[in-house]
Amino acid sequence: MIDTIIQGLLLGGLYCQFALGLSLMFGVMRLTNIGHGDLIIFGSFMAIAIAPLLGMNILMVALVLLPLAYVVGYLVQRTMLNQTLGKDPLPSLVVTFGFSIVIQNTLLQIFSADPLSLDAGGINVASIQLSQDVAVGVLPLIIFAVAAASTFGMQLLFNKTSLGRAFRAVSDDREVAELMGLNSSHIYAIATGIAFVLIALAGLFQGMRTTVSAADGPMLLLFAFESVIIGGMGSFWGTFVGAMVLGLSQQLGFKFDSSWGIWFGHIVFLAVLIVRPNGLFPKTKGC
Amino acid sequence: MTAAIIETNGLTAFYGDAQALFGMDFRLNQGELVAIIGANGAGKSTFMKALTGLVSVERKQIFLNGEHIGGLKPGDIVRKGMALVPEGRRLFPSLSVEENLLMGAFAKRSGPWNLARLYKMFPILEEKKHIPATSLSGGQQQMVSIGRALMSNPTVLLCDEISLGLAPIVIKEIYESLPSIIEEGMSVVIVEQDVMLAKRVSQRIYCMQEGRVSLEGASAGLTREQISHAYFGI
Repeated sequence: MIDTIIQGLLLGGLYCQFALGLSLMFGVMRLTNIGHGDLIIFGSFMAIAIAPLLGMNILMVALVLLPLAYVVGYLVQRTMLNQTLGKDPLPSLVVTFGFSIVIQNTLLQIFSADPLSLDAGGINVASIQLSQDVAVGVLPLIIFAVAAASTFGMQLLFNKTSLGRAFRAVSDDREVAELMGLNSSHIYAIATGIAFVLIALAGLFQGMRTTVSAADGPMLLLFAFESVIIGGMGSFWGTFVGAMVLGLSQQLGFKFDSSWGIWFGHIVFLAVLIVRPNGLFPKTKGC
Repeated sequence: MTAAIIETNGLTAFYGDAQALFGMDFRLNQGELVAIIGANGAGKSTFMKALTGLVSVERKQIFLNGEHIGGLKPGDIVRKGMALVPEGRRLFPSLSVEENLLMGAFAKRSGPWNLARLYKMFPILEEKKHIPATSLSGGQQQMVSIGRALMSNPTVLLCDEISLGLAPIVIKEIYESLPSIIEEGMSVVIVEQDVMLAKRVSQRIYCMQEGRVSLEGASAGLTREQISHAYFGI
């Protein structure tokens, strides 16, 4: 049982990394990015493509990929997504659904439908033996630590910095925020830039952890979406807890029956929706 | 004649195809407090939004310190020295009292107004600076809204219906803060539903009706009959 809980929490760490970018974009812009999972997979493929050019050095891959993701995110928001924002959520849903289709087909064209993975230099199979029955994978442990640090960092950014204040202000009332001298288009683009960095990090981890293929995106979106909804949209610690609940639920389901893991996660997600429709910790608050 | 801080010439404004302002001429002089009165739907708030860039207008229709500001974005206008206290206060719910006040300083204009000065004027805000702004009473929220606008150190302060929904004693307290603001060299425009209050605190009054100025004059010189006629059109 202890092993199941530990593995569930570590799986939750991965789901948290999947979900943080989605939570950030919804929290600041009320934008639900349907292409989120495909962007994670796109990040994985980018890492796989550039790794040989950088001597298969994962740290170097991250140093190239993450700043690039910020620039792409900033430009995507500034040139496309800002035009879709407003009281009606439909335009942004349609445009990001379009992203999803374009990304999947582009990846299919370039990389074919064959699954690929990123050579992590053995870190993906290394483990630490805690007891005779319990072993912890080094990569899942790293992913969990990075997810916890990312969550803490995002909450700190939101609550303790002037940029975080600006994020919360444009999220609360864009018109009045502009009356204060804020350029909401720029603030939104910064938020999406940061979200794309979190997405690229998730993609890097996913590529190291397992094989990825062009059609994997929608499943990752589902896990990210469930984590965010369970935790409460727009709350980073809520997303972290939501991801832990989902990871634990799936792992308990797997223990019961190997074909029940994913379903068990969906059932817990639906149960939370019924009992607490706004999630466990709705909306990021200041102070 | 003293220098005009704000001047509009034949200002027109539209919401889509619907015209809301029909050739409005307005003038605010240095150090003056001008009140705009009028019934609901007369165009008072639209005029405030037009001045601050929230409703688009033609470039040459609005002057601030002799410079064309029509058509500029709200952020550019606040950086040029015009700040709005919006109708309904519109504080940021996820920000504390102090964070709301600090939002006003994003324009980064230098001047006498800072947190210490605001807390001296409204001491209750310092006591409650860490709690969410929208959990304050209506009057205290209005103090935050005024303070937030002052934090940008404007030369012109626009106040849109700051007495709306507040108790008379709170309205008195808030209006008593305006003279000290003007003493700092600021000029003030208030939109006010309470005609007698507007007449008492302002030097000049503009009365609006259906998007037009129906009466303009020195507050002390306007009679009740003149105002009633301009206000109701009867």
